[in-house]
Amino acid sequence: MPKLDFSDYDSKGFYDEMFDENNVVRPNYKRFLDRLQNMSRKKLTNLQHATDRAQLSLGMTFNVYSDDQGVERIMHLDIIPRIIDNKEWQHLEKGLQQRIKALNLFIQDIYNDQKVLKDKLIPQEMIFSSISYLKELQGFKPPKNIWCHITGSDLIKGGDGQYYVLEDNLRCPSGVSYMLENREILKRTFPELFESLDVKPVYNYTHILRDTLESLTEVDQPTIAVLTPGIYNSAYFEHSYLAQQMGAELVEGRDLVVKNDIVYMITTNGIQRVDVIYRRVDDDFIDPEVFNKKSLLGTPGLFRAYLKGNVVLVNAPGTGVVDDKAVYAYIPRIIKYYLGEEMILPNVKTYICEEEDDRKYVMENIHNLVIKQTDASGGYGMLIGPKSTKAEQKEFINKIKQNPRNYIAQPMINLSRVPTITDDTIEGRHVDLRPYALYGNDIKIIPGALTRVALKKGSIVVNSSQGGGSKDTWVLNS
Amino acid sequence: MLGRVANTIYWMNRYIERAENYARFMDVNYNLSLELPRNKKEQWKPLVMITGDWEKFASLYDFAEKKKVIYFLAFDERNPNSILSCITNARENARAIRTEMTKEVCEQINTLYYLVKNGVENKHHKNKNLRGFLTEIKNGCQLLYGMYDATISRNEGWNFGKLGQTLERADKTSRVLDAKYHFLSGSTKQVGSSLDLIQWAALLKSVSAYDMYRKKYGKLTSRCIAEFLILDTEFPRSILACLLRANRSLNILSGGSEGFSNVAQKQLGVLKSQLEYVDIDEIISAGLHDYLDDIQLKLNAVSSAIHESFFAIKSNY
Repeated sequence: MPKLDFSDYDSKGFYDEMFDENNVVRPNYKRFLDRLQNMSRKKLTNLQHATDRAQLSLGMTFNVYSDDQGVERIMHLDIIPRIIDNKEWQHLEKGLQQRIKALNLFIQDIYNDQKVLKDKLIPQEMIFSSISYLKELQGFKPPKNIWCHITGSDLIKGGDGQYYVLEDNLRCPSGVSYMLENREILKRTFPELFESLDVKPVYNYTHILRDTLESLTEVDQPTIAVLTPGIYNSAYFEHSYLAQQMGAELVEGRDLVVKNDIVYMITTNGIQRVDVIYRRVDDDFIDPEVFNKKSLLGTPGLFRAYLKGNVVLVNAPGTGVVDDKAVYAYIPRIIKYYLGEEMILPNVKTYICEEEDDRKYVMENIHNLVIKQTDASGGYGMLIGPKSTKAEQKEFINKIKQNPRNYIAQPMINLSRVPTITDDTIEGRHVDLRPYALYGNDIKIIPGALTRVALKKGSIVVNSSQGGGSKDTWVLNS
Repeated sequence: MLGRVANTIYWMNRYIERAENYARFMDVNYNLSLELPRNKKEQWKPLVMITGDWEKFASLYDFAEKKKVIYFLAFDERNPNSILSCITNARENARAIRTEMTKEVCEQINTLYYLVKNGVENKHHKNKNLRGFLTEIKNGCQLLYGMYDATISRNEGWNFGKLGQTLERADKTSRVLDAKYHFLSGSTKQVGSSLDLIQWAALLKSVSAYDMYRKKYGKLTSRCIAEFLILDTEFPRSILACLLRANRSLNILSGGSEGFSNVAQKQLGVLKSQLEYVDIDEIISAGLHDYLDDIQLKLNAVSSAIHESFFAIKSNY
């Protein structure tokens, strides 16, 4: 039986997580590679197929918008994991804690004292013009002054082997169920490796999540609900999974009713009060009385009940202002301002199209830059300069001219790669990293992550809605 | 429990029960068709009649030929009650109530779904492997019942599930008996002929009742078969046994009181009592068809009342 052979593996041109540029295995992958090299190609293929089947029977599917062909897809799980050693992880952990702490202070400030604006650290119009800034929240303080209870930042590693934060995702970050289920599946795929490698466990995420939600209310034995847009939402699997694992109610907007500013759910025996809602419905849709009038996903009166302090919403409404890609550019300054510290995890260099110098630079160098819409996510509304046509570049230049506030630009980052199984061989594919943080009594970073991988050769778009897959992420104890 | 969730569990169980019954009906009929003399092969139409979807069938196909009936009942998306439609709906429901179920149950529903979907893609209605496929569906559903009962607490949700399952089952047993009884009693005067026996045996097998019937009565007679399928209290697919089981769950859901506290409880209680205090000769002399027809109407009324009492309480708060 032919064994797996990595002598032709191409680790040049990008940072490869498994091999250095001379094709020598990096220490964090040493033991894994030993095991892999003792395996036949056929065995590896069989393991990969078993994984595909496991995902289907677990119902780990997501829906793709505007795709009629068989509404559901699985997010392909590649069984070669991304492995991170403990030292690297500690660096990430510290960096994320710092970042989340500062961002939370920032949100509290812009809805209350607005010191950061008075001190002119950030132009006032930039905040007030953000569609995610909710003026209805001015003067409001959430329980324990925590706004961003759940964060799933997107990080990437560049050619220099450094981590950069690409996006903070303070609204409703998704994907954590994939981190948890991927681990369950890989434990079945490589049982003995787990033991010998001493991988940090992630299984307690849902326990910590429940504790976090409970810590936000004074009610003894509170009723906790996960609010989902319903089974046709692309992340429905995750909503039901988390409710299930936490022992929470899974509700839709139509299951809730607000009476005298108190939120109830409608049960077979009448109505029952709800204390904490982990909502997976965007701000704009949670309450048609206040926000999107046409929303059928929300519950009329929910926001009123929230402002009165009769129900806790997680994450707090209004956090999306940090996800505005123009605000992102100011985060290094925000950290310095609130904590007096230098940023541990750097941002990617960002050009703000609204600022004249930056805009000029962007227009002239568009073929080398990645252009992003400030209020979009999921890989939608972006232009990858080096891979775009002249016509596409022209289209974006026009868009930027019309509405500069809506666009930022970043240099192309050469995302790092991890060996990935393809139809006939194993090749490097670009990855990003989404670790999850929970902010209750303190900020906990779960030692693992969703590693998203661009399955198409050469592609750097890792979003599942654009054909990306995933990998399990192993954080080693040593 | 959320009213929407209770409704979804109720229907998920009805859909799975329906799919399993259809698979069994088709399997038995297919088997029967192999043994009948050539001039007796016109027995695919009654199968569609049993399901109550003859009008739908007639609007889509010109005549009830074997392959068409099989496709219609198993795989036709245009038939809202085909096995494919039922399993797809059941799975969609299961997704909506994931928090009420166990991992075992969810995985099995997914497995069933992919089984049926592959069946469509591999055109199982056309090839010789149809019976193997139907057996897999049957087994898949029964495995699901087993997992459901073995892993889920006897809570509100479980009782709503049982309610849906047993009402569906009572309805299907009554329909099979109604259609076949007519067909058989009318078709041959020679009770006890070998042709007759094959068909009576097929009727019992359609509701998995053959073995238990044999054990209790031995000889196949139309009167005893009707008695067994309507009034037996021990056989889990007889109409009365289903109603007793449904009644137990409904009483628990209604607060376990004597008498009744909602319309559903009242109607089901009356129907159950009606069958508890009647004997088969009274039913036959009243006319079996009319009697079964009446039961089906009352079952529908019970189902509507359950909806009103538990799922649609939005206007009451």
